[in-house]
Amino acid sequence: MSGGETSVSEADGNGGIMGQQKNLEGYVGFANLPNQVYRKSVKRGFEFTLMVVGESGLGKSTLINSLFLTDLYSPEYPGPSHRIKKTVQVEQSKVLVKEGGVHLLLTIVDTPGFGDAVDNSNCWQPVIDYIDSKFEDYLNAESRVNRRQMPDSRVQCCLYFIAPSGHGLKPLDIEFMKRLHEKVNIIPLIAKADTMTPEECQQFKKQIMKEIQEHKIKIYEFPETEDEEEMKMVRKIKDRLPLAVVGSNTIIEVNGKRVRGRQYPWGVAEVENGEHCDFTILRNMLIRTHMQDLKDVTNNVHYENYRSRKLAAVTYNGVDNNKNKGQLTKPDTAEGMSPLAQMEEERRDHVAKMKKMEQEMEQVFEMKVKEKLQKLRDSEVELQRRHEQMKKNLEAQHKELEEKRRQHEEEKASWEAQQRILEQQKLDASRTLEKNKKKKIF
Amino acid sequence: ICCLFVKVQLRPAPPVFPSYSSMSEAVVPDALVSPAVSGLYGEKAGGPTAVDFSYVGIDAILEQMRRKAMKQGFELNIMVVGQSGLGKSTLMNTLFKSKVSRKSVLATAQEKIPKTIEIKSISHDIEEKGVRMKLTVIDTPGFGDQINNENCWQPIMKFINDQYEAYLQEEININRKKRIPDSRVHCCIYFIPPTGHCLRPLDVEFMRRLSKVVNIVPVIAKADTLTLEERDFFKKKIREELRANGIDVYPQKEFDEDAEDRMINEKIREMIPFAVVGSDQEYQVNGRRLLGRKTKWGTIEVENIAHCEFAYLRDLLIRTHMQNIKDITSSIHYEMYRVRRLNENNTVVAHANGIPEHHLAAHEM
Repeated sequence: MSGGETSVSEADGNGGIMGQQKNLEGYVGFANLPNQVYRKSVKRGFEFTLMVVGESGLGKSTLINSLFLTDLYSPEYPGPSHRIKKTVQVEQSKVLVKEGGVHLLLTIVDTPGFGDAVDNSNCWQPVIDYIDSKFEDYLNAESRVNRRQMPDSRVQCCLYFIAPSGHGLKPLDIEFMKRLHEKVNIIPLIAKADTMTPEECQQFKKQIMKEIQEHKIKIYEFPETEDEEEMKMVRKIKDRLPLAVVGSNTIIEVNGKRVRGRQYPWGVAEVENGEHCDFTILRNMLIRTHMQDLKDVTNNVHYENYRSRKLAAVTYNGVDNNKNKGQLTKPDTAEGMSPLAQMEEERRDHVAKMKKMEQEMEQVFEMKVKEKLQKLRDSEVELQRRHEQMKKNLEAQHKELEEKRRQHEEEKASWEAQQRILEQQKLDASRTLEKNKKKKIF
Repeated sequence: ICCLFVKVQLRPAPPVFPSYSSMSEAVVPDALVSPAVSGLYGEKAGGPTAVDFSYVGIDAILEQMRRKAMKQGFELNIMVVGQSGLGKSTLMNTLFKSKVSRKSVLATAQEKIPKTIEIKSISHDIEEKGVRMKLTVIDTPGFGDQINNENCWQPIMKFINDQYEAYLQEEININRKKRIPDSRVHCCIYFIPPTGHCLRPLDVEFMRRLSKVVNIVPVIAKADTLTLEERDFFKKKIREELRANGIDVYPQKEFDEDAEDRMINEKIREMIPFAVVGSDQEYQVNGRRLLGRKTKWGTIEVENIAHCEFAYLRDLLIRTHMQNIKDITSSIHYEMYRVRRLNENNTVVAHANGIPEHHLAAHEM
């Protein structure tokens, strides 16, 4: 790549970059920067968090499976008929997809039980709490001293499924979107779009967009670009909002072609056919073209809103209390200070807590040591006792043995004595015999 | 509650075959089997050409009743219940092949979901082959559409009980009218959204309470969302849940009169709930003009039983079991209400006001 095209802009005193272009004489090589970024990101891998919200039976799981061509929700996954829960749950499942050397850690957040109960007031609260908690985690991770690892689990996109009634939005839909459009990128979808004929679909879409505008709901806006091609595509997408989708992972033969679709007695509704539904548009938009933009908007707009609101709540109270200086009797209330002081306070609290924990742990440790010592001593005593006992046993046995031996010796002695007597007797007997014999010979 | 009377002439439709055995209001005599029956169709009871000494002519009563019924006309009150957007009005229009629904008559500019449940009833006089019928369609916009749907069945139960009450008042009048206008709800069609998984808590609650006071016919709305396997699975699930919750939908097992009834009704019970598709637009299919829905991947024919079960529902409601439905309403549901009410009246004299409500509430549960 020759250096004829490269140019340099000078920065002026204000920090902005003025348009004074300088031509370089040779090839410097920083045109290679995008490649470096690309290589680094590919190595690092990408993360994306997607939330799906809607009543049961609208085909959310099927759509996710179709979008990412995986079986995130396998047939064995307990379906809605098994999940009659009393409250709305928020569940997340992670899957790592690889394609062309690029890793994507996909997190799908599901909300089973949404809108299913008889009384659905506040069924959006668990969802709001979840999103806020993710923002809070990120905020805390950002404010830490050691920021090496900042896992980004913020919800970057929320797919909201609208039931294909053909009339308009339900009160539940409107409430939910009104409360969440400031916190997350909402992309409304018409679920099970094969319920409607093309005319009904058009009518329905118009009605929905009208109601969305009426209630001033801010759904995800596609960014304006200077590129003419892209603008055309973006405009095409905007015309077809909200996207009417059909999901399916079963493959059917149609005219010799293998397509993904749904088989009816009257025909096959193809998922990837642009005339049948807007699935391909959704997939292209979500994955191929606008994923990075969704992440950026979440980071720059929704997260910043959350952050400024959270920190402003503190400063607002600080300013308020400073006005009534005389009444500020408790200097250590969290509301009476600026953020910096509050952070100091928090740090102190934290240190105090740590100290307390340390003390507690030491106490526990000592106690444990004492116990152990006690146990050891006890076992020592036990051992000693046993030793004594065994010694006694041994001595007793020894004595017994001695006794036996003595007896044995006695017996032996008496037996010997007897023997000797016998011998003597024998000798006497033989002597008398001999005497008699001698007498007889005479 | 608003009532409108509109006289509508039915378009020429495929011939309706009323079955005489279900239209009779009295016990069918054994002589029905005699060959003279076929002769009753439009002719005088002339009987066979040869003189039959054993023929008395009792079966001629059928002809007399038919003539009387045609003069009097019939009444049918159907209530449709379900969330908005499930195709209730379209289905009514399709069933009676004319614009009988609330939306066709009251030209509302916008489809706003009402904040509370309203009950709107529209009456039509329709006529076919000399048989006149006063059809009243009772619509319940706003059912199940709110965020909090607690007790959304109460206005409906109150309406049904009010109709029973009105009839009862007429009945116990000293000077009664010759023919008491029957505004009791004969049949309630409940629309189940085609989620494909199972019944929602709202559906179970509603059907549990209302199956005790009115005949409920559950249908799966917008059935063109489901493939055939999904449909079978869904139906099985629904039947299981209905059984598990003790919900007795029409045709109720306990009201089968004899083996023949039981056989017919068992067949119907195996098909409940009917998966229906409604349409009031005609399309050209294979050279014929049919009611249907045209999509980019095919045309759904409403009356084709390979596509959906609308034909079965229509046969059940109109061609075969209409009289049975009315009978059960008047002889069983209404009688239950009457017994309860008259017992209350006997005990209410000396007690405070709270008791009747307590009774009613206990029975509603």
